[in-house]
Amino acid sequence: MTKVKALVISGNGTNCERETAFACTQAGADVVDIVPIWDLMAGQVRMSDFNLLCLPGGFLDGDDLGAARAGANRYRHTKIAGSNQRLGQDLQSFVADGKLVIGICNGFQLMVKLGLLPRLDDSDRQSVTLTFNDSGRFENRWVELLCDPESPCVFTRGIERLPVPVRHGEGKLVGQSEVLTQLDSQHLIPVRYADAQSGQATMDYPANPNGSKGGAAGICDPTGRLFGLMPHPECYLHRTHHPRWTRMPELPAEGLGLRIFRNAVEFLQAGN
Amino acid sequence: MAHRIEVGLVDWVRDAPGEKIRHQIESELGIDTTGVRVIEVYTIEAELSSDELAVVAGSPLCDPVIQAATVDAPFAGDFDWAVEVGFRPGVTDNVGRTAAEAIALALDRPPADRMAVFTSRQVRIRGELSRAVIERIAGELLANDLIQRSEILSAAEFQAAGGFATELAQVSGSGRPAAKNISLAGDDEFLMRLSREKTLVLSLNEMHAIRDYYQREDVIAARARESLGPEPTDVELEALAQTWSEHCKHKIFSALIHYREGDGEAETVDSLFDTYIRGATAQVRKDKGKDDLCLSVFTDNAGVIRFNQDWSLVFKVETHNSPSALDPYGGALTGIVGVNRDPFGTGMGARLIFNTDVFCFASPFHKGEVPKGLLHPRRVLEGVRLGVEHGGNKSGIPTVNGSVLFDERYLGKPLVYCGTGGLMPAQLAGKPSHEKESLPGDRIIMVGGRIGKDGIHGATFSSEELHEGSPATAVQIGDPITQKRMTDFLLQARDLGLYRGITDNGAGGLSSSVGEMAEGPGGCELDLTKAPLKYQGLAPWEILLSEAQERMTLAVAPEQLDAFMALADRTQVEATDLGQFTDSGLFKISDQGRCVALLHMDFFHDGVPRMELEAQWTPPPVEGREPSAPADHGALLKTMLGRLNICSKEYWVRQYDHEVQAGTVIKPLTGAHDDGPSDAAVFRPLLDSMEAVVVSHGICPRYSDLDAGAMAAAAVDEAVRNAVAVGADPDRMAGLDNFCWCDPVQSEKNPEGQYKLAQLVRANRGLYETCVAYGVPCISGKDSMKNDAVIDGLRISIPPTMLYSLVGMLDDAGQAVSMDAKNAGDRVYVLGTTRCEMGASEYYLQVGAENGQVPHVRCEQNLALYRALHQAIWSGCVASCHDLSDGGLGIALAETAFAGDLGMDIDLARVPREDVTRDDYLLYAESQGRFVVTVPEAKSEKFEALLSACAAAQVGLVTDRPSFEIKGLDGKTLLSESLTDLKQAWQRPLDL
Repeated sequence: MTKVKALVISGNGTNCERETAFACTQAGADVVDIVPIWDLMAGQVRMSDFNLLCLPGGFLDGDDLGAARAGANRYRHTKIAGSNQRLGQDLQSFVADGKLVIGICNGFQLMVKLGLLPRLDDSDRQSVTLTFNDSGRFENRWVELLCDPESPCVFTRGIERLPVPVRHGEGKLVGQSEVLTQLDSQHLIPVRYADAQSGQATMDYPANPNGSKGGAAGICDPTGRLFGLMPHPECYLHRTHHPRWTRMPELPAEGLGLRIFRNAVEFLQAGN
Repeated sequence: MAHRIEVGLVDWVRDAPGEKIRHQIESELGIDTTGVRVIEVYTIEAELSSDELAVVAGSPLCDPVIQAATVDAPFAGDFDWAVEVGFRPGVTDNVGRTAAEAIALALDRPPADRMAVFTSRQVRIRGELSRAVIERIAGELLANDLIQRSEILSAAEFQAAGGFATELAQVSGSGRPAAKNISLAGDDEFLMRLSREKTLVLSLNEMHAIRDYYQREDVIAARARESLGPEPTDVELEALAQTWSEHCKHKIFSALIHYREGDGEAETVDSLFDTYIRGATAQVRKDKGKDDLCLSVFTDNAGVIRFNQDWSLVFKVETHNSPSALDPYGGALTGIVGVNRDPFGTGMGARLIFNTDVFCFASPFHKGEVPKGLLHPRRVLEGVRLGVEHGGNKSGIPTVNGSVLFDERYLGKPLVYCGTGGLMPAQLAGKPSHEKESLPGDRIIMVGGRIGKDGIHGATFSSEELHEGSPATAVQIGDPITQKRMTDFLLQARDLGLYRGITDNGAGGLSSSVGEMAEGPGGCELDLTKAPLKYQGLAPWEILLSEAQERMTLAVAPEQLDAFMALADRTQVEATDLGQFTDSGLFKISDQGRCVALLHMDFFHDGVPRMELEAQWTPPPVEGREPSAPADHGALLKTMLGRLNICSKEYWVRQYDHEVQAGTVIKPLTGAHDDGPSDAAVFRPLLDSMEAVVVSHGICPRYSDLDAGAMAAAAVDEAVRNAVAVGADPDRMAGLDNFCWCDPVQSEKNPEGQYKLAQLVRANRGLYETCVAYGVPCISGKDSMKNDAVIDGLRISIPPTMLYSLVGMLDDAGQAVSMDAKNAGDRVYVLGTTRCEMGASEYYLQVGAENGQVPHVRCEQNLALYRALHQAIWSGCVASCHDLSDGGLGIALAETAFAGDLGMDIDLARVPREDVTRDDYLLYAESQGRFVVTVPEAKSEKFEALLSACAAAQVGLVTDRPSFEIKGLDGKTLLSESLTDLKQAWQRPLDL
């Protein structure tokens, strides 16, 4: 079985690295390291030693120039000490090697702004963006996700519905309509905000907390190996995370969010 | 030269920030516009080629998918008016700092080669509006004149001028002004003028003590050795004023007080703090014996208790009232990131795990005049809300608990309480982590942000009332990201054992942090020459006292200095060696090669003369006009649910991240639709353990109008009760007191000082009695004593307010209980006795009744009930539990029902009560020590057995009908309301 080595990059305003790493551990990863970005910049730790990269939630550089914009700028331009590589190039090599990347919330915003998602061609050009919620507000609330069974996304395999919290102010997916149409037709929108009753994707606030078209909550690349989403699956690892657990004695001990990470681990273990 | 880059959204993209401003203009100012768009402006002071400018205007500042940028030309667009708002020179510009860093990276320039970037925001408004209206929008909504400048251009003016001019918000200061000597030779009037003019806020006694110190022979001799004359330097005087300020020395809490009730004998209180606060904790610890949780109390920046064998819990709550009155956003932001540094600077430093916030405002719908120099409460509310949102969310600390209270008297000063909990390993390298030290020879290292004029005189300014001349520099703006980088670095340094002691730079800046750390070794030598500055032109005393944020001071052993500095360098955190700790007995500061301050440590810390004060208590009458019986109980319940102090605070809760760190088990909002009001938070700080911390608070300022002693007792009871309601063990709790008072020192300006001081004495007694009876130690606390505004000779004093914040333990988070009704058929119980305690109740305020009996806390009965209820919760009998507080039983029942989306049938005749004969009193009395509990039929026998010794009775049933029905004492239907109507009445008022 292939060993699963998970890298969770922290620093400059990330704040979900601990629970994200814990999710990887619970999912059965063999190695899980939280690595401050400065250790990567110093060349002390190399991304190439890992096969699962998690970009956790937070506020890179305070999202001061727009969500993860300064963060993406850092990856693109920072040289790794003692080499000619830039951090972003290391990331591109990681992706080119067919390894798995998940970006959650701010990590998703980072992937989009680095051009890692949806990556419809092989360039690192940014083709969609995540911007201010229609409400103009940061909001913390639980939403229901509907998963697309036909999506190539590795992380959402076998999951139909997923309750998870959102905690963001800039989660609305925006892009030129051709790009969005392509995402739709290629099943690159593996998770959509859904109405909890009907289970259908929705544009209605607050079930859709940000106004994303078609209820898009996350997107993947055509290989399904790169995945980003606004909601926080690493915040539903245990039944007591669920907002209504005191009303639902039937809720299993393990939270559904863990399946996202388990899918990644099992995929890598199988030698993919 | 300076360049201006304007970034805006392309036309097809919805401008959500613009729409939000448009909504605010409409809802807050009542002005209709036809559209608002926002342009972000970056003004860059650097030599940049046109190629470089193209790079800068590209990816670092502009989103290529939805934005476009212009360089040195205005962004195109159609509008009638444009308002540009930028910071005044010297005000912290976080976005500017991030932009400067991003630009340097994008241009491959070294990070040290920082360029200056200033941000401003252009708001473009469409609509047929006059200049006067636009000026109002700018002045009352878009810009705070104290920290920002704004400029207005009509479309025609904009066209003619080619947009706004390029302006740099640069501080023009240069060089380093020298330290000055200040003569104290003069009469008392001269001394007091000096104190006032320099915002020293020192009393005549204190000025005399300082004058006398400089006449001591040993002082003159010691100073002569450092070539200092007999007169104090401005550095010394400012450092003394700061250290001796009410804010830092708590002179009122340490004073000798003569307290008199009516015409009775005077009783002497020898320090409120020692007698009642430290005294309560000492008594509780003694009573608890081996079950004592306390590890470090009152000695450090925060209190520390045992969480379990391996981990210690750290907790602190602070206030940031005066700055929030002047600049609500910056004040509150600084409040939250500031209190973060308290647990972080306690012992060897704790990882921060939760925040709590309690705000007190005047009504946001205030219609009357707002005195000059104060801001409209709506604006204060929104600024404070946003400041705490940014401070908490960006720091990755969940806001798990809080309150928002309203009273017209908070117009004079809003109260902004911010609290933070932390967790640290019980031991680090074999030593208890709640202890720290600094030894002679250790280096004094300052870490984090740079020093500017921010927050100068913060400590002294918050020790006096707000007035028209309150200094603008007292305002700081926090920077959560600089702080996050610093805390990430320091936690790593802590675990590597790279430092010996740590404390934060808050009020009083370096003077205070270094001064405190120097107490252990017995002296310090600090060289201001090395201090990293934001800009030139700061005098030595300003460097020493600056309250620029995001800074910690550390004691680093010389042998670890290199490793510490190397790690700082790698993590891009600025760390500076400013000198060393000594055992000389002297606080010695030098600058540019000469000594600028030399103070004996004992005088510096203990030389402040003690205050002696008079307190006079006159109890208010109990008899007063009672209300007539309500005509329509259904309408009354809806009115009560909509009162500002009772209605839903979802507007706040949703905008605060309360789940980051994946530990929040009982969230602030709960129930069938995630919108019922939780009593307390339950938080699992360790991802792999079910052990939980319970976080709650109590605050009852209304009761101060009748008896501040009852107010304080009720606050403690409410905090304990809230925690018990979610499952906390009543025998394992610890608390924190935060007193916010109006000036209790009698003077010509403050004729009611003696009464206010008597209120303070009574509050302390109430606190002491309740804490000791419940066995809840106070582990830390803070007081803020000058919450008054004097504007145009008119004094507005806040109601005396004590917040009691509490942490409790719950061994298994899976046993926690939420407040929402769970299943139809469950029995509804009321626990605790309802009495005719209507005084200062929400109901009396609603109907305009006067006086009455203030609620009293019966500690012994309550504690027996809390223990029994805890047993019942622990044995799984309880489906829901909700505390009765503001608005009493009627409110708690309705909330329980609509949070669970289930109906209720209630019979008031069955409610445990004493001497209550009116339905309205039974529904809205605010007697303490009560709960509404729902219990499944099958568990009711066991539940009743466990509660058999307490006042408890079944009062009805949970139903599956969408209605809420109550029978009155006469057995007839009192009200029958739909759940939806009740919930709407509760949700609407503050859905801003």
